[in-house]
Amino acid sequence: MAEDAGRVFTGYVLDESVTLTLTELSGACRVREEQIIELVEEGVIEPDIRKENWMFPSTELRRAGRAVRLQRDLEINAAGAALVLDLLEEIEELRARLGSL
Amino acid sequence: MEYKDYYKIMGVDRNATQDDIKRAYRKLARKYHPDVSKEANAQGKFQEMQEAYEVLKDPEKRAAYDQLGANWKAGQDFRPPPDWDAGFEFSGDFGGADESVFSDFFESLFGRQDRSGRGNRRGGGFQGRGQDHHAKVLVDLEDAFHGATRSVTLQAPAVDDSGRLRTRQRTLSVRIPKGIKQGQHIRLAGQGSPGMGGGQAGDLYLEVEFKSHGVYRVEGADLYMDLPVAPWEAALGAKVKVPTPGGVVDLTIAPGSKAGTRLRLRGRGIPAKNPGDLYVTLQIALPPAGDDRSRELYEQMRNQMNFNPRAALGV
Repeated sequence: MAEDAGRVFTGYVLDESVTLTLTELSGACRVREEQIIELVEEGVIEPDIRKENWMFPSTELRRAGRAVRLQRDLEINAAGAALVLDLLEEIEELRARLGSL
Repeated sequence: MEYKDYYKIMGVDRNATQDDIKRAYRKLARKYHPDVSKEANAQGKFQEMQEAYEVLKDPEKRAAYDQLGANWKAGQDFRPPPDWDAGFEFSGDFGGADESVFSDFFESLFGRQDRSGRGNRRGGGFQGRGQDHHAKVLVDLEDAFHGATRSVTLQAPAVDDSGRLRTRQRTLSVRIPKGIKQGQHIRLAGQGSPGMGGGQAGDLYLEVEFKSHGVYRVEGADLYMDLPVAPWEAALGAKVKVPTPGGVVDLTIAPGSKAGTRLRLRGRGIPAKNPGDLYVTLQIALPPAGDDRSRELYEQMRNQMNFNPRAALGV
């Protein structure tokens, strides 16, 4: 690996306009494609199904990554991870509102 | 290197059953999982715990670890005795704790394995795309307004001169572009693990997280803040100054504004093609009646204004 001293890396922002294929999303989450498919079936993440192949809004990467880590580390299934994620997001929203009171 | 007391980390007895250990792990995992936990240093605690569980959940590794003896204290300088693992055979199945980086202590006992390669390997031959990596980068809200360069420290596995896989710290300077939002990812192509056999390197995904800000709360591209105003500014109307991360702007307060009134400053949120808005909630600040003159003014109001703040409560 080359030394990176002094070099400034410019990345590519995954905003709403960027989509990921199933292969890209599973690669980024470091899981098999089947596991991503399971998350879709559980409604944790939603691909754009208008196209022939699934395309995921890149903003789903965060949700997918969290779901995958929760499943692996807490040894829970996709439905359990889905519930945890929904509750976590609700708590985060409430905390943010509390903070602004 | 330092000796690690895996039993102490897991909070179990040395003669705990495998079931006890599993239970302890589950409980701690729920408490310290970095995606769930609000505890300070959850990430570090969680990694330490995963390492402990990796050893204790496997009867073979646990037996080998136990053989070191119970007299070691956590943090004590440790060197594995020669032939310490004679007679033990490790299956090499390293759970699935894939992004965690285990300690030197662990590696000196059990070696380092690529614990995460499995699910990702597909296609034939010796060519394989390197793994993608993940890290978080903490940025200031102001960075989203002006752009910035932030450094990120990564723990990356790398092959050393003798061909062993080791953990290496690596610091990258990364450009944070203007308009970045909380939770967004920045992809750095080719900055993940090197590919095998001339395969393409993986990518590095950086998840952007804003440090909490004393003034603004961020929701997507929108910002929220409280703005204190004087009672007469709210009652009579005024033009006041509002600090925004992009600079100070003027805001007109309508006469008769109440506390809690929310005003929108269009386009003053995080800049983008469709910039966010800044929402300002008015807070009425009470001037202290600290000196005679102020007290006199308050008394005048009391005597001359017919105002009952509890009228709606019927008292």
